[in-house]
Amino acid sequence: MTDAPRERPLSPHTTIWRWHLTMATSILHRASGCALYGGGLILAIWAMTLAAGPEAYGTFKAVMGSFPGKIVMFGLTLATFYHLAKGLQHLIWDAGHGYNLKTATMGAIATIAFAIAATLAVWIIAAMTGAL
Amino acid sequence: MASYRTPLGRARGLGAAKHGVGAWIAERVTAVALVPLVLWAVFAGLRLAATDYYGAVEWLTSSMVNPVLMGLFIIVGFMHMHAGLRVVIEDYIEKHLTRAGLLLLNLFACSLIGALAVFSILKVALGGAY
Repeated sequence: MTDAPRERPLSPHTTIWRWHLTMATSILHRASGCALYGGGLILAIWAMTLAAGPEAYGTFKAVMGSFPGKIVMFGLTLATFYHLAKGLQHLIWDAGHGYNLKTATMGAIATIAFAIAATLAVWIIAAMTGAL
Repeated sequence: MASYRTPLGRARGLGAAKHGVGAWIAERVTAVALVPLVLWAVFAGLRLAATDYYGAVEWLTSSMVNPVLMGLFIIVGFMHMHAGLRVVIEDYIEKHLTRAGLLLLNLFACSLIGALAVFSILKVALGGAY
């Protein structure tokens, strides 16, 4: 056993590969997951202010209903649907299917399309039901 | 046949501890559970955004479905948050002490905040809000 750390072999990283859709959506999956970690904290604050009473809950709703609050919620909606769709593709991959290049790329396109469509649908429903 | 390997050499030759598979499966199991839960939560969010404090309390107290699903969503969601960020920390943080500290922080934060959120839901659902 030597004291000096051994030089470890490094796998090719982002700087070497040409960007392609499956790679970009894979990185976005992790990024959206990290964003949703913040979303989980907002969910906890919602529950805690609700338990604290009308005044605290009113403050929470005012903050989330403000323009910056709505931007955050819109981003979290997009991150939710994106992470959901890409997560499903990852589960299919984990099961050993869908590795065909064409299938994988189609899945990436479907993920982006679903995330945008579902987010817009939810916000249109929100506008129609007075949730905004 | 007698082994000529030192105990350290033998331990090193064993490879991975084989504990990683449990964490890997936990991330997937919570992911599968979250598929229906998150779809329900989006509709719940739409309902809750359109109402005020009293509407939200009504929503949690009128039946067993909403508080139970919300409690499950929080528990499974926070387990998945823990599992997910754990992998991110393990992938990017090389420095041993920083990594261990962040892994502990991730576990403690998810446990504490998740417990606070679940307790809050129970408090409101069981009638302590008014």
